[in-house]
Amino acid sequence: MNAMTTPGQSHSAYFLDDAPKTTERHTLSVLVDNEPGVLARVIGLFSGRGYNIDSLTVSETEHEKHLSRITIVTTGTPMVITQIKNQLDRMVPVHRVIDLTVSGPALERELALIKVRGTGEMRVEALRLAEAFNARVMDATTESFIFEITGKGDKIDQFVTIMVPLGLVEVSRTGVAAIRRGPERT
Amino acid sequence: MTREMTGAEMVVQALIDQGVEHIFGYPGGAVLPIYDELFQQDKVQHILVRHEQGAGHAAEGYARSTGKVGVALVTSGPGATNMVTPLTDALMDSIPMVCITGQVPTHLIGNDAFQECDTVGITRPCTKHNWLVKRIEDLPRILHEAFRIAETGRPGPVVVDIPKDIQFKSGLYENLKGARQTQYQPRVEGDERAMREAVRLMAGAKKPILYTGGGVINSGPEATRLLRELVELTGFPITSTLMGLGAYPATGKNWLGMLGMHGTYEANLAMHDCDVMVCIGARFDDRITGRTDAFSPNSKKIHIDIDPSSINKNIRVDVPIIGDVARVLAAMVAMWKEAKPVRDAAAHAAWWGEIDRWRAKKCLAYRKNRDVIMPQYAIERLYQLTRKHDTYITTEVGQHQMWAAQYFGFDEPNRWLTSGGLGTMGYGLPAALGVQIAHPDSLVIDIAGDASVQMTIQELSSAVQYEAPIKIFILNNQYMGMVRQWQQLLHGNRLSHSYTEAMPDFVKLAEAYGGVGIRADRPDELDDKIEEMIAVRKPVLFDCRVASLANCFPMIPSGKAHNEMLLGEEVSDDDIGQAIGAEGKMLV
Ligand SMILES: Cc1cc2nc3c(=O)[nH]c(=O)nc-3n(C[C@H](O)[C@H](O)[C@H](O)COP(=O)(O)OP(=O)(O)OC[C@H]3O[C@@H](n4cnc5c(N)ncnc54)[C@H](O)[C@@H]3O)c2cc1C
Ligand SMILES: Cc1ncc(C[n+]2csc(CCOP(=O)(O)OP(=O)(O)O)c2C)c(N)n1
Ligand SMILES: [Mg+2]
Repeated sequence: MNAMTTPGQSHSAYFLDDAPKTTERHTLSVLVDNEPGVLARVIGLFSGRGYNIDSLTVSETEHEKHLSRITIVTTGTPMVITQIKNQLDRMVPVHRVIDLTVSGPALERELALIKVRGTGEMRVEALRLAEAFNARVMDATTESFIFEITGKGDKIDQFVTIMVPLGLVEVSRTGVAAIRRGPERT
Repeated sequence: MTREMTGAEMVVQALIDQGVEHIFGYPGGAVLPIYDELFQQDKVQHILVRHEQGAGHAAEGYARSTGKVGVALVTSGPGATNMVTPLTDALMDSIPMVCITGQVPTHLIGNDAFQECDTVGITRPCTKHNWLVKRIEDLPRILHEAFRIAETGRPGPVVVDIPKDIQFKSGLYENLKGARQTQYQPRVEGDERAMREAVRLMAGAKKPILYTGGGVINSGPEATRLLRELVELTGFPITSTLMGLGAYPATGKNWLGMLGMHGTYEANLAMHDCDVMVCIGARFDDRITGRTDAFSPNSKKIHIDIDPSSINKNIRVDVPIIGDVARVLAAMVAMWKEAKPVRDAAAHAAWWGEIDRWRAKKCLAYRKNRDVIMPQYAIERLYQLTRKHDTYITTEVGQHQMWAAQYFGFDEPNRWLTSGGLGTMGYGLPAALGVQIAHPDSLVIDIAGDASVQMTIQELSSAVQYEAPIKIFILNNQYMGMVRQWQQLLHGNRLSHSYTEAMPDFVKLAEAYGGVGIRADRPDELDDKIEEMIAVRKPVLFDCRVASLANCFPMIPSGKAHNEMLLGEEVSDDDIGQAIGAEGKMLV
């Protein structure tokens, strides 16, 4: 006899489990030793374990202490987000992982350079919209502009979308930088 | 106190300062300066293997059987790439290991130089941490930090990649053993509130179970002692993963046997039906949980683990306790003694009654045979005949590994060494060498399969060289038995490439290497031959010819729940063919 006490369900495999999963978007601020390979380590963790990276920025922030800050925007189920934080936190060069999405109000900014090509009405319209978005003209020729815009990601998305019919050529974005509001350290 | 010396000298000095007595390695151009230093001293003994993978597994065996860090030394390029398997193995099984690799000189890095490979790049995902040493000033700090990181928190392998010019350069050396060089400092004490909550749940449990794992072994002898005390105090039944065998004695009265895919009926059903599960240093691996949505559906789960990333990874738990098993158990045992909880005796008696009914199924019973050696019988005899000895068992991977786990009883920790997480065929023989080097007078046996043993057979030569009398007990079924079993379960018994047409003569092979070969064909000669093997003070290859088509049961087929188990005695070939559904076939 094989002890088969549960009725045979068809969706029986453990990683095929299709329970509803809501994904969330989180911004993580990761303080790391600025040593060779640290970025490869973090990126390798994400690719190796199949986590998403929506945006990633990195640069040295405290030169004397050799510390860098990596800001990662990621999406996943709550269980996966917790895993990501724990996996990052146990890496040897990682000092701290702060989940800015849950640790209180935070500022998030991104910078983008946006090239638009056009003449006549289109050109005037592009310039008018740029003003409305507080985008600055950084370069201009008789048939093109390069705008610089800073803001939250969705504001930049929006600006890019409306530039499409006006002759959008290309976009370069920095990725998200983020920090906690108020006087405390992140 | 600092002293001026070369990088190569620093490596050897750091090993000495760390108390390392044995290292396993293989030379090459990029590590010659270190080999030259080794030659000129006698504090650290170097064991020359025949393949770098052997050095890695030997270091793992050394580490697991002693609780110390295992050390391997290999050259750049192919030496380093040959270490990838043991590094990954050690990472999966939480084995502390320091691997030193040579590298091409710094000015040639990135030039596709001779025997160059991106060692830190290749080993980044299979180490706990790794370093490329670019400045002689950094070397002492990195060498000592390597040991600290390998052995603290959740243990694991680390790599220190040292370019050849750095080995020649001079610098100031300082013994920095134990001095923290990075901010890495895992938490070891459990949270007081969580521990109280755990004790409260345990005290109120009607159907409790302790589910323990490799973390108890990692934590050390004190963890084992406290675990046994906890069982004594609470009277709870206890099961363990493959990695935790021996922490609680197999002869202990509360022992249910191993759990999981090839675990016992009683252990798996108790896990499924329990109301409070206390997971101690185990990681809810898929060999344990089966279907996660049907895993122990009605229990409150307590999880003690030093690595926060093990918690809520596969299974959501109710009371997570982050800390070292020994520290946490010490606190919880004290809390239990202080609270002196009155347990529900009737409920406990009923629970044990249920367990006894499951036990009565005798899930490990198998058909005896007078003419052919059954593999299970061979392990039972090996167990009985080695009980009076100071025995260590390693294994390869396959059916023989599972039979060893099921039929060999372990009463002490660190006596059972197996590749659990990675499942590396070829682990057992070099691991046995490592164990024997650490315990020269003990009886060290690799329970092997005929296929696995051929993956690292060359280390028999190392064993002969160092007079390490390891015993390689091959359950020779002429098949890759575990693969054949899965083909029977999943693929209409089409045995695609799981039969080894050309098997070496293991007796002659043993002799060719300078060891001793013994063959047993019949059940009635088995005992005498095993005694003969034990008596020989030389490496032995024991060719134990066993039934070729035996299957390993009990088994929870992939994608099934704990209570959907296949039991050996009654299962027909038809049941086997139908046990796994379409989606289960996708799994491993
Ligand atoms: C062919 C085959 C079949 C298998 N079948 C089975 C089977 O039927 N049953 C089975 O059990 N396994 C089986 N395995 C093994 C399985 O793949 C896993 O390796 C094993 O189950 C993991 O054991 P574990 O949960 O004890 O974790 P380990 O891999 O030993 O991990 C230890 C855990 O403890 C934690 N830890 C480490 N040190 C400490 C400390 N000091 N304090 C606190 N926590 C600590 C770690 O963070 C980790 O979470 C099989 C393997 C093979 C190759
Ligand atoms: C390096 C490696 N390659 C392949 C596998 C897949 N595999 C698992 S068990 C097994 C067969 C093992 O055969 P044998 O050593 O004879 O043991 P048996 O199952 O017959 O006892 C294979 C090929 C593995 N685990 N490791
Ligand atoms: Mg075999």
